[in-house]
Amino acid sequence: MSELKRTPLNSNHRELNAKMVDFGGWDMPVNYGSQIEEHHTVRTDCGLFDVSHMLPLDIKGENVRSFLRKLVANNVDKLQVSGKALYSCMLNENGGVIDDLIIYFMDESWFRLVVNAGTAEKDLAWMQKCNDDWGMGLTLTPRRDLAMVAIQGPNARNVLNEAMPGADNITENLKPFNAAALGEMFIARTGYTGEDGFEVMVLAKSAPFFWKALMEAGGKPIGLGARDTLRLEAGMNLYGQDMDETTSPLESGLAWTVDMKTERDFVGRQALEASEITKQLVGLVLLDKGVLRSHQKVHTKHGEGEITSGTFSPTMQQSIALGRIPLGIAPGEEVEVEVRDKKLKAKVVKYPFVRNGKVLI
Amino acid sequence: MSIPADLKYTKSHEWVQVEADGTVSVGITDHAQDLLGDMVFVETPAVGRQLAQGEECAVVESVKAASDVYAPIAGEVVASNEEVESSPETINQDAYAAWMFKIKPANPADVNALMDAATYEALVASEAH
Repeated sequence: MSELKRTPLNSNHRELNAKMVDFGGWDMPVNYGSQIEEHHTVRTDCGLFDVSHMLPLDIKGENVRSFLRKLVANNVDKLQVSGKALYSCMLNENGGVIDDLIIYFMDESWFRLVVNAGTAEKDLAWMQKCNDDWGMGLTLTPRRDLAMVAIQGPNARNVLNEAMPGADNITENLKPFNAAALGEMFIARTGYTGEDGFEVMVLAKSAPFFWKALMEAGGKPIGLGARDTLRLEAGMNLYGQDMDETTSPLESGLAWTVDMKTERDFVGRQALEASEITKQLVGLVLLDKGVLRSHQKVHTKHGEGEITSGTFSPTMQQSIALGRIPLGIAPGEEVEVEVRDKKLKAKVVKYPFVRNGKVLI
Repeated sequence: MSIPADLKYTKSHEWVQVEADGTVSVGITDHAQDLLGDMVFVETPAVGRQLAQGEECAVVESVKAASDVYAPIAGEVVASNEEVESSPETINQDAYAAWMFKIKPANPADVNALMDAATYEALVASEAH
């Protein structure tokens, strides 16, 4: 087995006695104590996440916008103001999802993408191939020299402002899903928790100090365990679970990110247009006792489906899930989920389940 | 990591205590709860159920994962702990107080064949690498 990769904050996690796990080849903290307490901290206070395993990627050159118009399923023409961010899928020719990513528009010759850790190399190879095949002549620069910290929760702004002198000038005017660059520092009002907050990139060598300053300002470290329960409550897809190269974004709850309103030709569009949609991604709330988990079978009156992500929701104190089930099952209807030797009752719901600390179901 | 000297243990991380009345209490070890993390669901076997040694008979689920609990020895279930079912977090708080079920052994001598604390400690240490 090859050596695990370490983020610039690895020694910070070890000093905090985090429980470390192999997360897709990265040595990452799964929790620093109680995962449930960490979850509540983000909903009620302020949590800090090391998300440096994810890869920021700068694309620079003369025609970045036209490259991205073709590369991704959402329309980068929605990005007209510097700093604005867009969530999108990058599809293959079959309309399957290579990755989901965030695109920040900085200027016409500079867009920054953030891609998932486990798919980073594959993404980079694919983008480089498209760049070559389409004769775009762009420069793709993976930014492994940066660390990324997510600061999330109702007190995130106060913590960031206190930890980083001068940050208040930026955080004050930063609208949701917007970012600002300040030298090598990059502050985005984005996240993966359903709470207000920021994702901040700093030079790797500054990251350990930055992390300590955030903790001194009241931020609490949060592991990947709580990151997963938070994002699931927030109804946010996880790549590799809720969608992958074999699934259509249109059957993964991501139709809102696929822009087909214009004639724009993007990779995967033809396949999507030719495809027949038979499934939908829905929220599920378990009515019986137990815990929904990915890959459990779902029985509906229109046939079988599958749980794609399931967990126990610390905020709702019951089990919730995302599941891919046949079309025609509406919110409010009951389905059955196979859990070991039992069939448990679950209710189909519209998600997100939780936003800004409040249960929406 | 706490591994009380007066209990017996299994490879699948159950602890076993022989009670004064000859029944044996079964739970999961401190090491097991630490691996699993915050407990959110426990299912214990029904009273009266006959268990074979090594049979899957209970389930513990943390936020992270589900894990089966196996019968350390053969026998009949004579009690199950409703308190851990309604408050699974008691396993995290004190794994050795949170017994899950009690068995009337088919053969009381079976308990002697289980691991003692020192052997179990060595097992835990070997699994850490």
